[in-house]
Parts: sequence; C-alpha cells; structure tokens
Amino acid sequence: MADDKANAAAYWKANVRLITWSLVVWALVSYGFAILLRPMLAGIPIGGTDLGFWFAQQGSILTFIAIIFHYAWRLNKLDKEFGVEE
Amino acid sequence: MSQFAINLIFVGASFALYIGIAIWARAGSTKEFYVAGGGVNPITNGMATAADWMSAASFISMAGLIAAGGYANSTFLMGWTGGYVLLAMLLAPYLRKFGKFTVPDFIGDRFYSRGARLTAVICLIVMSVTYVIGQMTGAGVAFSRFLEVSSAAGIWIAAAIVFLYAVFGGMKGITYTQVAQYVVLIIAYTIPAVFISLQLTGNPIPPLGLFGTHVESGIPLLEKLDEVVRELGFRDYTADVDNKLNMVLFTLSLMIGTAGLPHVIIRFFTVPKVADARWSAGWTLVFIALLYLTAPAVASMARLNLLTTIYPDGPQAPALDYEARPDWVKTWEQTGLIRWEDKNEDGRIQLYNDANAAFAPTAEARGWSGNELTVNNDILVLANPEIANLPGWVIGLIAAGGIAAALSTAAGLLLAISSAISHDLIKNIINPNISEKGEMMAARISMAGAILLATWLGLNPPGFAAQVVALAFGIAAASLFPALMMGIFSKRVNDKGAIAGMVAGLLSTVIYIFLFLGWFFIPGTATFANTPDNWLFGISPLSFGAVGAVINFAVAYGVSLMTEEPPQEIQDLVESVRTPKGAGAALDH
Repeated sequence: MADDKANAAAYWKANVRLITWSLVVWALVSYGFAILLRPMLAGIPIGGTDLGFWFAQQGSILTFIAIIFHYAWRLNKLDKEFGVEE
Repeated sequence: MSQFAINLIFVGASFALYIGIAIWARAGSTKEFYVAGGGVNPITNGMATAADWMSAASFISMAGLIAAGGYANSTFLMGWTGGYVLLAMLLAPYLRKFGKFTVPDFIGDRFYSRGARLTAVICLIVMSVTYVIGQMTGAGVAFSRFLEVSSAAGIWIAAAIVFLYAVFGGMKGITYTQVAQYVVLIIAYTIPAVFISLQLTGNPIPPLGLFGTHVESGIPLLEKLDEVVRELGFRDYTADVDNKLNMVLFTLSLMIGTAGLPHVIIRFFTVPKVADARWSAGWTLVFIALLYLTAPAVASMARLNLLTTIYPDGPQAPALDYEARPDWVKTWEQTGLIRWEDKNEDGRIQLYNDANAAFAPTAEARGWSGNELTVNNDILVLANPEIANLPGWVIGLIAAGGIAAALSTAAGLLLAISSAISHDLIKNIINPNISEKGEMMAARISMAGAILLATWLGLNPPGFAAQVVALAFGIAAASLFPALMMGIFSKRVNDKGAIAGMVAGLLSTVIYIFLFLGWFFIPGTATFANTPDNWLFGISPLSFGAVGAVINFAVAYGVSLMTEEPPQEIQDLVESVRTPKGAGAALDH
C-alpha cells in the first residue's frame, strides 16, 4: 500500500514535469515567437514577411499539434513504466 | 439548373444524411444519451469534437476578421487552437478518469458541495445559452441567403432538424451527425480556397500559397497585399501591434476559455479509455487545424481579390465604375451586407481608409470624399466562390457547410444544457431517487425545452448578441477552467476556496465587461467609454477573462489556506483521478 502511494506520487511528479516543459514550448511559440519576440525575429524573412508572422498564423498551430501528440505518447509510455495503465 | 435548385439539392442531401443517422443512432440509456455509451473511437471523437467546436463563427466570421485585422487578429487563430493543449494536459484525461457525465458532476463531487455544483450549473447555462443564440442566427442567415426563405423560417427548419437527432439520439446521435457535419464543412471550406490559391499563387495548397508568390506581380503574396493596402491608407497587413500586453491577454483568454467550455469537455467523456482521451485531443486539433490553417490563407487572398476587383488597374488608377460591378456585388447588396454610397458623385467605387489622417491629403488630391463601400466581414467566406467565379455547385457546398457548422455546434451546446438540467439539477439536487427511465425522459424534455428557448432567442436575438459571445469566453476562462484545474492539481483547495474563487473570478470579469459595454448590455449604461485610454493598463474588456482566471486561482488558494483541509476521501478522489488505473470501474457508478 505504501509502495503504491509512493509509486503514484512519483508518476504524478513525472507527469507534472512533462506538462511543465510542454507548457514552456506552448508559451514560447505563441506568446514568445508570435507576439512578444516578433521584433527580434523580424530579420528572418519568410514568404514576404517575417518568422513571427508565420508563427502567429501557422507555426504555433502546428507546434500545438506536435505538443499534444508528444505528450500523449510520452505519458502513455509512463503509464506502463509505472504500471498505472488501464 | 438554377443556383437555387443546386443549393436546395446540397442542403437537402446533407439533411437527409443527418436524419438517417438520427434514426440509426437512437439512445437507449442515460449513458448513451449523455456520453454515447462511452465507446467512441478517439479519432471519430476528434472529428466530432472539431465539428462541435467549429461554429458559425469559425466557419463564417473568422476569415473575415483576419482579413480586416491582418496580423493583429492572429489572436483568434492561436487562441482558439492553443486551448486544446491545455485541455489535453490539464483537464480531459483526468475528467475522463473521474468517469461521470457532466462538468458540474466533477465540481460538485470534488468540492463536496451543492453550492459549488449549482454555481457550475449556472455558469454552464449562461455560457451555453449565449453561445447557442449565435448558432441559430448564423443558420438563419445561411438559410435566407441560399434557400430564399425568410430568416425566421430558416431558424425553424434548423430547430426541427436538431430536434430530430438530438432529442432521440442524445450524445450518440449528436456524435455521428457531427462526424458527417465535419466532412461537409471541411470540404465546403477547402475547395474554394484551393481554387483561389491556384488562381493567385499557382499553389493548390492554401497554407503554402499564403507564403507563396503572387503570380501576376511576381512578388510574394503578402508583400503584394501590404503594398496594395498601404496605397489605400490602411495599416500594413503584416504590421506589428503596439499593445502587446492586450494581445497576449486576449490570446490567453481565448485559450483558457476554450479549455473551459463544457460542451467541448464532455465530448472527451465519450472515449473508452483515459489514454484515448489524450490521443483524441490531438486528433481534434488536427481536424480543427485543417480549417484553421486554411482560414488565414482565405483571409489574405480574399482581401487582395476584393481590392483588385475594386481597383482593376491598381490602387493608383481610377476605381471601378459602379455600373460595371460584378454580379456577386449585386447579390450581396440585396442582403444589405455590402453597401455603396457615392459620396463624391463620380459613379466609381472608392474603397480606402478614411479614418487615417495622414492619408487624407492623398485622398483629397484624388477627389475622394470618404470611403464609399462598406463590406460586412461575414460575407467573405460565403461570397468567396462567387468572387473567384467558381461553378454553382461550389456555392451549394458552401451553403451546406455553413449550416453544418452552425447545427453541429448548436447540438453540442444543447446537450450540455440539457444534461446540466436533467442530471445535475433534477437527479443530483432536486430528486435523487429518480429512476433511469425518469431521468432519460427528463433529459429529453429539457433538450426539447432548450431547443425551444434557443429558437426563440434566435428569432428575437437580443441586440447585444455579439458582445455576449465575449462574455461566454470570459465566464469559461474565469470560472470553470480554474475550478476544474485546481480540483485536479491541488489536494488542498476545499469547498469554500473553490466557491469563493469561482464567484470572485466571475464577478470581476462580468463587472469589468459591464463597465465598458453597458450594465447587462443595456445600451447607454456603460460607466466608461470603451476606448483604450480608459482600459485598466490597456486591457480590453474582451481580454479580461485571463485576469479573472488569475483572480480565481488567487482567491481560491487564499481562502483554502485559511480554512480546513478537504476530508480524506476527497484527497483520495484527487489521487484516483490522477492515475488512469481503474477507470473502467469508475464508469459504472
């Protein structure tokens, strides 16, 4: 029982760490590259505009998809490692 | 064949399909009615969720908004997709593990309080009802434009169709019709975009065409567009914005609001396993992205097309003669969504930015006395095939697609409302001894009641319908999302903290919106004029949901720390939702 509890706590900690890193990427591409850091990326041209514009209208959405699939894949693996899968 | 007949065939065929699905997918139990029996494939659910989420606003209005605002309105693209990242990691899998039927179910159980459940029910109903008004009026507009019936008749037809599959099929019927509606709406949206992208850039893939080269001028499409709008006194399409704080907060409000919308959350209760809920969120975003990556391409290309129609020889040459205007302008003039007023009486259509003081001397030198053409943003997607001279069947397809987008979202919202009434109010608060059969009947009656209410509101839309949608996102962001997230990620937040947090988040957001948009949206009652100078730190009322969410979190933690810990069984409940193990057992409650 005590082992179960420690195991569940370790699983949760690993999950929260994964979520935190995923959210860092999530914020970086949208609030970072697409909005706040856009002036810094202004020198990188892409299709008649700059990289920040690309992130605002396409790059962020594509990254969001990658984040969710990566999270699902990693966490489903963690489920098995910790033996907490259904 | 006349255009009317073609439209009738397309819309009629799509309706026949929805009704066929309704007959095939009747719900036999409350579990089938609320969560489609919990056996929906994650990819199927992703497709249904995408249709559920993409409303008349996404299908009809979004591209128009981006066309008008350019880079500044990228907020809608990021805000309405980024929420799924939050949903996938912070809410959906755990709520699926919890294994009940509604969003207030979780809040009521986790915070062991009828007050919390009731607060959640109220937030849910206010949000969903305001949202559904826009869907009904959107369907009405599509009907009246394409099927030549009155808008009122259109709304009644839409209500009758939704009634058929939602009342009998519940979530099961809704899920499978939404899959069909997704297919209809994505084809309708993509086909005209492909043709227009080919015409302008030679690239058949619109998202690539957006960053491609404009065939006629040989320079990049966006550079060409910037050039044309600049010569007419508008801001560059790709220009950066000054108020970055507001842009960040508005995007954040849309993201948190999206993740907190109950009609989207309950869709993840329909998949068989917790792991499926994670995959399903990814698939949902893939299906949404197919439209959301096309929308900005449609936006820039349609704006360029519109301006080159008005200025066939370039913005420096004289504008189009009114008598020579194309047919689509004439059709849309009849609806009042395009209006022309010959201010300088030269018989030509001048379209430019007359609010730009720096451009005024240029306009005067050219003999212009003000902007003469008003184009409603909403017609952009609907008129797109006509602007690009596409064949009649594409227009029929757009009609069916717009109606599909409105109906699929309306059905999802109506299910969220009816389950909150029959399950949370009647079964859990008023009469816990109600039988399965009785609850099923209550669910169907409240669904029918919700449809009638939505129809009535669609026929008599309150004048503030547009502002109210902002309110829906504000409430979702400031009330439900933080409560749900804290319920999972904190064992310490108790009933008092959660209720105080929800109330504080809700009130601060609603009051901030009312201060600028009028108390209860009654015109003329706004305390401050709705201008950036008056906004607190330059935060617009539409962006305040994110601030409301922060207030909710802070108050909930503060109050919880000052009061007692939640009881042991609640802390055990939190531990149990955090791991997928044993989800199957939880479902049979």
